[in-house]
Amino acid sequence: MNEKTMRKHRWQSGIFLLILIVLTYLSSAITTFNFMEGMATIPEAMGWIFSNLLVSQESFEKLPKILEKLAETIFMSIAATTIAAVVSLFLGVLGSNTTKVNNFLSVFARFIASVSRNIPVVAWSLILLISFGQNSVTGFLALFAGTVGFLTRAFIESIDEASQSSVEALTATGATYFQIVGKAVIPQCLPQMISWVLFMVETNIRNATLVGILTGTGIGYTFDMYYKMLNYNVVALITLCIVITVIIVDLISNYVRKVIL
Amino acid sequence: MSLLTVEGLGKSYTADKQILKNINFEIKAGEFVSIIGPSGAGKSTMLRCINRMVEFNEGNILFNQQDVGSLNKKGLRKLRTNIGMVFQHYNLVPRLTVIENVLHGRFGYKTTFQGLLGRYTEEEKERAFYLLEKLGIHEHAYKRCDQLSGGQQQRVGICRALIQEPKLVLCDEPIASLDPNSSKIIMDHLKSISTEMGITCLVNLHQVEVAQHYSDRIIGLNNGEIVFNGTAYELTQEKINHIYGTKTKDLIIA
Repeated sequence: MNEKTMRKHRWQSGIFLLILIVLTYLSSAITTFNFMEGMATIPEAMGWIFSNLLVSQESFEKLPKILEKLAETIFMSIAATTIAAVVSLFLGVLGSNTTKVNNFLSVFARFIASVSRNIPVVAWSLILLISFGQNSVTGFLALFAGTVGFLTRAFIESIDEASQSSVEALTATGATYFQIVGKAVIPQCLPQMISWVLFMVETNIRNATLVGILTGTGIGYTFDMYYKMLNYNVVALITLCIVITVIIVDLISNYVRKVIL
Repeated sequence: MSLLTVEGLGKSYTADKQILKNINFEIKAGEFVSIIGPSGAGKSTMLRCINRMVEFNEGNILFNQQDVGSLNKKGLRKLRTNIGMVFQHYNLVPRLTVIENVLHGRFGYKTTFQGLLGRYTEEEKERAFYLLEKLGIHEHAYKRCDQLSGGQQQRVGICRALIQEPKLVLCDEPIASLDPNSSKIIMDHLKSISTEMGITCLVNLHQVEVAQHYSDRIIGLNNGEIVFNGTAYELTQEKINHIYGTKTKDLIIA
C-alpha cells in the first residue's frame, strides 16, 4: 500500500514536469519567443547598461533635488502604509472568524479587502489619475488602496491563528467584546501585525517609484523626466539612490523585527 | 441545596446526529464532580452548555435558581462571571505577563473602559498575588506566560478562574496535556479549591483512577447519554466497561 502510493507520487511528479516542459514550449512557440535569441542579446544589453548608466561628476549637482524627491516618496509611502494599517486593523478584526461581530460585516470586510487586493497598484494609479489628477494625493491613494487589501488579509490570518483560545477563555470570564479585542487579541497579534506593516512599508517604497512614474509624483517622476531627456547619468544616480534607500529600509525593518518578535 | 440542575438537556449540531441526549443531573454546592467517558462522548459540549459557550437545543439548566437558557446578553455576562473555566490548553494570552492574565478574570465585573484601560483596584491586585502565592507561582508573576511550563501555565489558568470569585469552576480536561507530576499538583489544587474555598468543581477527565481518587461523585457519559452517576465506590469494573464500551483490560492504564 505504502510503496504503491510512493510509486504513484513519483509518477505524478514525472507527469507534472512533462506538462511544464510542454507548456513552456507551447507558449514560446505561440509568442514566437526564441530563447536562444533572447540569450544572445544579453551581452549587448549589459554592454549598453555599463557604458551609459554611469554616475558622472555633473549628475551629482542634481543630488539635493533627487534626495528631496526621494524623501517625499518615502514619507508618502510610510503615510499611506500606516493609515492603511489603521483601516486594516478594523477590517481585520471585523473579518476574522474569531472576532467577527456578525457574518454580514465579516463578508463585507473580506469583500473590501479582496477588491482592493485584486486590482494591481498600477491599475489603481491609472484609475485614480483620471479622477484626482497629477498630484501626490493620487500616488498616496493608489498605495493606500493596494495596501488595505493586503494588510487586511494578513491581519485576518494573524488574528485567526493567534487568538482563538484566549478569546474563548475571556468570553467565559464574562468579558465584553472590546475588552477581548483590546486585551487579548491585539496584544497577542501585535508583533506579527507590525512585522506585516514593516513589510508593506518596504514594498510600498519600491512600488512608489512605479506609481510615481504613472502619476507624475515623487522620485518616479524625476526618474521618468531624466529618462525621457536621455540623461542616463542622472537616471543612474536616481537608481542608485533608490537601491541604497531600499537596502537601508530593509536593514532597519529587519532590526525592528528582531527586537519585537 | 443544589447549585446546578440540568434537566432534559439536548444538543445537536446537525439534525441527524445528537451530541447530547436527555441529560439530567444535579450538583450540590461545594461538591467535586468528575465527568468521564470516551472521546467524542460529548463531555466538552456538556460542560460548555452550562455557561452557554455552546447554545443547547433542548432542556433546562438552572444555575443558582437562574434559568441559564433564557438569559439575555447582560444576564449571560453576569452568569459567566460566576462560573470560572479552566481549559486543557490553558488558553492564556502567551505574550502577556502572568499577573495580567490573572487579572483578566476580573473583566466580567468591569465596564468596557475600565477593562480596556486596565484599571484594577488595590484589592483586586492583592487578591491576584494572594492566589498566585497560594498556587505557588508568585515568583513568576512578572514573567511572560510563554516562558512557563505547562503545569505552571495551568496554575495561572486556575488563578484566572478563581479571581472571578466563582461559585462553580468548570474544568475541561485540565491535566490532559500535563505530565503525571504536574497533573497531581493541579488535581490537588482543584481539590483544595472545593474543600477549602467551598467552590464547586465540575471536571472532565480522561483518567478513571484520577476521577476515583479525587471526586465526591462521578458521572459517566457515553455517546451523549449519562450511563453512570454515583460515588467512586459504586464505580465498579463492570460499570467502567459499560461507560467506555470496552473491556478495560484492553485499555492501557498507566
